[in-house]
Amino acid sequence: MRTAVVDRPIDVAALVAEVTAAHNGALSLFIGTVRDVNDGRAVEAIEYNAYAPMAEREMGEIASEAAAQFGTTQIVIEHRTGYVALGQASVAIAVAHARRAPAMDASRWIIEQLKVRVPIWKREHYVDGTREWTGQTS
Amino acid sequence: MNLDVLLFASYADAIGAPAVRVSVPDDARVADVVLAVRALSAGATLPERPLVAVNHRYAKPDQLVKPTDEVALIPPVAGG
Repeated sequence: MRTAVVDRPIDVAALVAEVTAAHNGALSLFIGTVRDVNDGRAVEAIEYNAYAPMAEREMGEIASEAAAQFGTTQIVIEHRTGYVALGQASVAIAVAHARRAPAMDASRWIIEQLKVRVPIWKREHYVDGTREWTGQTS
Repeated sequence: MNLDVLLFASYADAIGAPAVRVSVPDDARVADVVLAVRALSAGATLPERPLVAVNHRYAKPDQLVKPTDEVALIPPVAGG
């Protein structure tokens, strides 16, 4: 298991390689990306700000809980900070397991937990020049 | 005791700083620290009961605070 807050582009292929093992029959990869619209307004980028030491501690807790609940320690989570351009990954979660159902269930559970527990915030940079801290979306 | 309280995102913007120093009684609890921050200039723009972290863990309002603790007010999170 590994979790990190990073200020450089997420290397998704590296995450996949990190959890790949011959005894796994499934690998689930979730990538959250920056979307070009929020509440009907055109977005040009999102700036992510983290309380890094707490965010990493909380992500580590989530990974440990997922390991206990879903039965795999092959879990890597990375979240970006700083200015993230449209289409780029803001978060990536790789989970490998012997079976596909727990791999996919763990991935979904981790992102939902991350969104409500991890102290990271986003400021939408709108095309019209305004910038706003925005709350959680589903 | 004096405590430095960390602020982030919209809370840091509202107060105009990433941290503030407050003076609280030696037997202060988390709720007392929140009251002290809200008594500062522009502090009343913060919610009455924000999430608070002590030493990187979410804390309840009645948790005691020590001078060596790292205390932070946590705006509604929005990662992902």
